[in-house]
Amino acid sequence: MSPITRKSGFGVAQLLLFFSISILVIVVAVPVLLILFNAFWVDGEFNIGDVAKIIMEPDTYQALVNSLIIACGTTIGSTIVGTFFAWLVTRTDLPYKGFMKAMFLVPFMLPSFIGALAWKMLLSPNAGFINKFFINSLGFAGPIFNIYSYLGIVLVEVMYLFPFVFIQVCGALERMDPTLEESARISGAGLFTITRKITIPLVLPSILSGALLIMLYSMAHFGTVAVLGIENGIFNIPTLIYHKIHQSGGSFDSIRTGTVLATVLVVTAALIIWLQGKILRKGHYQIIGGKSFRPMELKLRALRVPLLALCLAYIGFTIVLPTAVIFLVGGLKTYGLAFTWENLSLNNYKFILFDYKVTRDAIWNSVTLGLSAAVITMFAGVMISYVIVKMKVRGKGILEFLGMLPFSVPGSVIALGVILAWSGKYGINLYNTVWIILVAYIARYMAFSLKANSAALEQVHDSLVEAARSCGATMWQSLRDIVLPLVRPGMLAAFFLIFLPSLRELTVSIMLYAPTTRTIGVAIYTLNEDGETVVSAALAGIALIIIIVGQSLINRFTRKAGT
Amino acid sequence: MEIIRVEGIAKSYGQHQVHKELTLSIERGECFTLLGPSGCGKTVLLRLIAGFEVPDAGRIAIDNTVVTDPAAGINIPPDQRGLGVVFQDYAVWPHMTVFDNVGYPLKIAKRPKGELRDRVMETLAMVGMSGLERRLPSELSGGQQQRVALARALVANPSLLLLDEPLTNLDANLREEMRFEIKELQRKLGATVLYVTHDQEIALAISDRLAIMDEAGRIRQTSNPWEIFERPTDPFVFNFMGIANFVPVRRAGESFLVGGGEQLIPWEPPQGDAPKWVAGFRPSDVQVAPEGTGIRGTVKRASFLGAMMHYLIEVDGAHLRTSIETHEAVAKGLMFKEGETCVISFRDLLWFNADSLAEVVKQ
Ligand SMILES: Nc1ncnc2c1ncn2[C@@H]1O[C@H](COP(=O)(O)OP(=O)(O)O)[C@@H](O)[C@H]1O
Ligand SMILES: [Mg+2]
Repeated sequence: MSPITRKSGFGVAQLLLFFSISILVIVVAVPVLLILFNAFWVDGEFNIGDVAKIIMEPDTYQALVNSLIIACGTTIGSTIVGTFFAWLVTRTDLPYKGFMKAMFLVPFMLPSFIGALAWKMLLSPNAGFINKFFINSLGFAGPIFNIYSYLGIVLVEVMYLFPFVFIQVCGALERMDPTLEESARISGAGLFTITRKITIPLVLPSILSGALLIMLYSMAHFGTVAVLGIENGIFNIPTLIYHKIHQSGGSFDSIRTGTVLATVLVVTAALIIWLQGKILRKGHYQIIGGKSFRPMELKLRALRVPLLALCLAYIGFTIVLPTAVIFLVGGLKTYGLAFTWENLSLNNYKFILFDYKVTRDAIWNSVTLGLSAAVITMFAGVMISYVIVKMKVRGKGILEFLGMLPFSVPGSVIALGVILAWSGKYGINLYNTVWIILVAYIARYMAFSLKANSAALEQVHDSLVEAARSCGATMWQSLRDIVLPLVRPGMLAAFFLIFLPSLRELTVSIMLYAPTTRTIGVAIYTLNEDGETVVSAALAGIALIIIIVGQSLINRFTRKAGT
Repeated sequence: MEIIRVEGIAKSYGQHQVHKELTLSIERGECFTLLGPSGCGKTVLLRLIAGFEVPDAGRIAIDNTVVTDPAAGINIPPDQRGLGVVFQDYAVWPHMTVFDNVGYPLKIAKRPKGELRDRVMETLAMVGMSGLERRLPSELSGGQQQRVALARALVANPSLLLLDEPLTNLDANLREEMRFEIKELQRKLGATVLYVTHDQEIALAISDRLAIMDEAGRIRQTSNPWEIFERPTDPFVFNFMGIANFVPVRRAGESFLVGGGEQLIPWEPPQGDAPKWVAGFRPSDVQVAPEGTGIRGTVKRASFLGAMMHYLIEVDGAHLRTSIETHEAVAKGLMFKEGETCVISFRDLLWFNADSLAEVVKQ
């Protein structure tokens, strides 16, 4: 007979809640609050007039307008491209649909600033390979396209962001019950009417939610604008923040401008996320169930081959061409030489991997930072999600609110907030060390970890833990023996969702790096700025290889784990 | 001697008061069933006893040790209450084999490996699961998972087992078999079982004593199965223990008349001076005949259900249901057609004051 012993439980629940709140407060809330505080609080008093003044300054105002123009252009473009391709690969008899679908998702993996670099090499007005080819070989008077323009920036962003819409719309179209369309067809509606009256309204929430995601991403996007905009003085909010902080060495005025711009970003992001939530909640989502159906396919007939050619051309032009250019330029002795066998070698690759301290440090920094951030964020995310999803403790509401924060704080905001918080003003100075980048990575990727882990935890029914408790397991033992093993897939997902993107991170690290703490992204960017184009391209090539190898390892691994 | 004592427990979720002033005691070694309609708060009570919920007020003592008493600040966590619990959804851990599932309580108690092994195998044999110890739960049927959950609850020899509708998800045959096995195990091990269900058939079959709980979480009657079935003390219990017939009866001077008509009741009149009464019967206590003594009624509906004939009979505005085995009906000439008249007599009945019945009819 098991004896009943009296032992008071020491507040494990309160302890976990306390740790969870502390992590989110320190890592996310304090930086954001410091930004708001610095933006609105001048000389000890609340001052909104000053904020308006800063926003109306010509360069700040222009950056806001630019962010909006670029984000709108990118959103519209990506939505059209993404919806069109999604429809092609799910609802028509296009050949090689599976392959096409996989290819359209490749841009997810590719860092857009590396893409921007490639396009700069291809289409810069004077030195771009395509422009030079048209001028020198075809006798054109001037460049056929200037990539250093709003249109150039928007096009490059569309190439890398359209998968957000593509994947959402594909999902919605695949899950949509075909009987809805069939019954409309039986009642005599033509295909056009069906598409307009049934299909579009059903997938509209997915399209809109993908579009909003792109809007959010593009507003706060650093890389493409930094690579392509600076030449013609096109700044958006994140690049202007970087510019101000970087140029002034952190003067008070530039920090204030930065905080005001960051505030605008935070507010916009919150607004977009709120809108997205509303659309997804309303929508016709109930009609799109979880099951997969075999949808009705449109016969493309005569258009089949031309549309196949279009897809292949798109893939070739937006994925193969830029990637090839990066690797080729990475092989050149000097930038500007022709791509002939005599001029190409692997010397640059050898150089950056084995000899050049800057790039070797960068690779080392990125790998160690990525690993540490992934491990820490994974465990923190498990704990926080556990408290949010599973525990009944007073004061959980605060944590739920804090848990939403990471989803709406863009990278440049985090970077600026981290500078404000950890530059010695509050006793700890991490500035110019790797630690400040680590803290920022944790904040930046916390959202991924929370999402993956809470999804996994939702699957672990409460009674499984209660069963362990009634078997005599303490709370810790039931966590170790029951919860952890069951959420391990979610934790692994979180780890990779953090580790891979952190290898190519630019937005945050560019604001925080010191000469010895460059990351791969920073090294590629700064080498390119310094005119070391071939070395920078070689490093970009290495980065692409690491990313692609890593991604395929994960795909294989998760597929195995799934079966 | 009592093993569980629940005293004046109150529990509410927000505005919704599930229990108030609930008192209950369970004797050592008995199989006690808590029977009530679903949503009445049975699971909540079980969770309060197991320690997964904390009451707003009141006290629970297990084995004469107070395990929860909010007023005194006592709340012993579930792992130290020494109970075996079987959950309605089994809660078998999907990542552990049958052996590991069942062995877990012993592993937590740090029993030596050899002893653990012997005890697990012994328990698995007891629930008829020998040979399946290396399977994962995903490779088991619902009934087998059920046995794993039961074995896991039994393996550490707890003196008290809490079972929450453990048989609901099984098919009829398996349910009957498992019901029998649980009762057997309880007898063999001498454990106390608190069994929670909304199924009166299981409750009557398995219990030494049972308590009937109504929608508001109040206990209406606590007794042995036979008394509950034959001597329900209130109309809720009566209604809950079988599809009941309720015939309104009104007092006219010294006589009692059925429904809205003028027929005198053929039974002992009720004790009391209320003007309106209701007589309650089970369908099986209603006898029909083509003629003879009794009250006259009309067959409103005759349903042939294979082995049984069901009749709905109207008596001066009151409706009665009765059922007869078909072969008996044929043999005795009791195959009525709709619209035919018949004579009804009763084997057994219970009187209820019409006012107290109002709430039952509402339900
Ligand atoms: N965690 C909870 N939060 C809110 N309401 C609850 C909770 N648990 C149970 N209830 C409510 O308490 C009532 C009784 O539930 P329960 O004990 O599960 O019923 P049953 O008798 O069917 O087991 C129900 O109305 C249910 O909605
Ligand atoms: Mg229940």
